[in-house]
Amino acid sequence: MAYTGEQTETMISLRNLRVSYGAREILHGIDFDVKRGETLVILGGSGSGKSTLLRALVGLERPGSGEIWLRGKNLATVSGQEMDEIRKKIGMSFQGGALFGSMTVGENVALPLREHTKLEDSTIEIILRLKLDQVGLAGFENYMPSQLSGGMKKRAAVARALAMDPEILFFDEPSAGLDPIIAAGVDQLILELKKAFHMTIIVVTHELASAFLIADRMVLIDKGSVVAIGTTEEMRASTHPRVRQFLDRIAEPEVAQELDYLQMLTEITRPSR
Amino acid sequence: MELAAQIGGSVTDGLAYLGGLASLAGRAAYFTFVAPFRGKPLRLRRSVSQAMQVGVRALPILSLITFFIGLILALQSAYELRRLGALNYVANAVAISMTRELGPLITAIVVIGRSGSAFAAEIGTMKVSEEIDALETMAIHPVDFLVTPKFLAMIVMLPCLTIWANSMGILGGALFGVAQADFTWMRYIQASLDALFLRDILTGLVKSVMFGITITAVGCYEGLSTGAGAEQVGRSTTRAVVVSIFLVILVDLVFTSLFFFMTER
Repeated sequence: MAYTGEQTETMISLRNLRVSYGAREILHGIDFDVKRGETLVILGGSGSGKSTLLRALVGLERPGSGEIWLRGKNLATVSGQEMDEIRKKIGMSFQGGALFGSMTVGENVALPLREHTKLEDSTIEIILRLKLDQVGLAGFENYMPSQLSGGMKKRAAVARALAMDPEILFFDEPSAGLDPIIAAGVDQLILELKKAFHMTIIVVTHELASAFLIADRMVLIDKGSVVAIGTTEEMRASTHPRVRQFLDRIAEPEVAQELDYLQMLTEITRPSR
Repeated sequence: MELAAQIGGSVTDGLAYLGGLASLAGRAAYFTFVAPFRGKPLRLRRSVSQAMQVGVRALPILSLITFFIGLILALQSAYELRRLGALNYVANAVAISMTRELGPLITAIVVIGRSGSAFAAEIGTMKVSEEIDALETMAIHPVDFLVTPKFLAMIVMLPCLTIWANSMGILGGALFGVAQADFTWMRYIQASLDALFLRDILTGLVKSVMFGITITAVGCYEGLSTGAGAEQVGRSTTRAVVVSIFLVILVDLVFTSLFFFMTER
C-alpha cells in the first residue's frame, strides 16, 4: 500500500529536533517530513524516545533546540495563543484514552466543541452522535468512561480527538493493552479514517503487525535518533542491523553492567544512519 | 559549611515553592477576575458544583465540630472566670475567640481535610492518567478549566462557612451558659452580640478568604506537580494536607499580627 503521492504539501517537518529532560537529552536531532494525507508510523522500543517525540509534536514538550514546523508555524517559537490555534486543528488519542472520568462519553466528546465553538447545544448533540457513530460507539453517549472496556475507551478517545475535525491526528500506542481482536479493530478504525477523510495520521507504536498494516511510511527511532525512514517495503528490505533486529525481534544481549546501562541511557554521540 | 548549604538549599526550595503557589493563584485570579471581561466567560456551572462540594456538603461535620469547640471554649474560660466570679463573661470570651480566631481556623482545617486533599487527589489522578495532557492538546488551559472553579468556590464558600461556624460555636457556648451560668438562650445570644464588634467578625472573614486562597493553591499545585504513578497521588494528597495546615497557620499569624498592630492606636 504505497503512498499515492497525489498531494505533496508538507504538513509537519522536523529540523534537528532536540529535547531534554533536565540535563538528559532524550532526542538527539531528529529530521523528517510528513506529507498531507500520509500515515506515518513512529516505531521504536521502550525508552527510545518515541513518546517524547510525539509529546514534542503536539506541543507538550518544548524543544531544547531545532524546529518543529506544523501548519506553517514553528512550535519552538510560537506564542501560547498561536499554540492554542494549532491545537484546535490537531487531535490526539492518548495511550490510556485519557477520558475525563467525571464526565460521560458524550460530554467528553462535546468538550472541545463547547470550549472552542459557539454552536448551539442541539448542533453539538448532532456532531457528537456523528463522531461516536464514526468510531462505532453509537448510543454510548450517556455511559461513564469507567463503564467502557479498554477498546471502547480508545474509540471514545478517538471520537473526542475527531470532534474539532482535525487536520492531523496523533495516536499514542493505539493497540497497547488490547487483545489482538480489539487491537485489529482499532487498526481498522485508523484505516477507515485515513480512507474517509484523507487525514494526516501519526502513530507511535511498537506493534509491528499493526504498524505494517496502517503505515504509508515508517520511522524507526532508537536511543533518541532516527535509524531509518522509508515506506513499508523499504523497511522490510532494509539491511540496517538495528532495523533487522527490531523487525526480526532479536533480543538485546543482557545488560549486565550498571555502568553500561547508564551509559546506554545517557549516551549522546552515536552513529546515525 | 555543609549545614549552611543545607539551610540555604531548603530556604531556596521553600521560596521556589511559595513562588509556584503565588503564580498558580495569580493565574487563577486572572481567569476569575480579568478573563471574564475579555470575552472568556466564567465557568459558573463548574463553580457552583464545586461550591456545593466544598461548602454545602461540609455543613453537617463543620456544624458538629464548631458546636463542640464553642462548648469547650465555654468550659475552659469558665474554669478561670469562675474564680473571679465573672461567669457571665463566658459569652464574651466565646464570641470573641470564635469570630476572631477559631471560627475561621477550624473551618479552614475542616475544609483542608475535606477539599484540599480532594483537589490534590483529583488533579493528581488526572495528571497520572494523562487527562491534564489531554486538556492541553485540546487547547483547554488546565488552570482555567480545573483550578479556577475551585478557586472561585473557595473564596465564596469559606467566608460563608466561617459565618456559619461562628454561629454554631456561639450556640455551643450558649449550651454551657444556659446549663451552668444562669443565662437564658435569648440573654446569652444578646450578651454575645453585645460583646462583638463588627471588626471582630470582619477580620475573621478576611482571614478566611486568605485561607481559601491558600488551601486551593496548595491543593491544586500539589495535584499538578504529581509525578508518574498511582503512589504519587497519595504522596501529593498527604503533602497538600500537611503544607496547607502549616501555611494556613502562618497566614493566620501574619494577618492576626497585622490586625493587632492596625487597631493598636
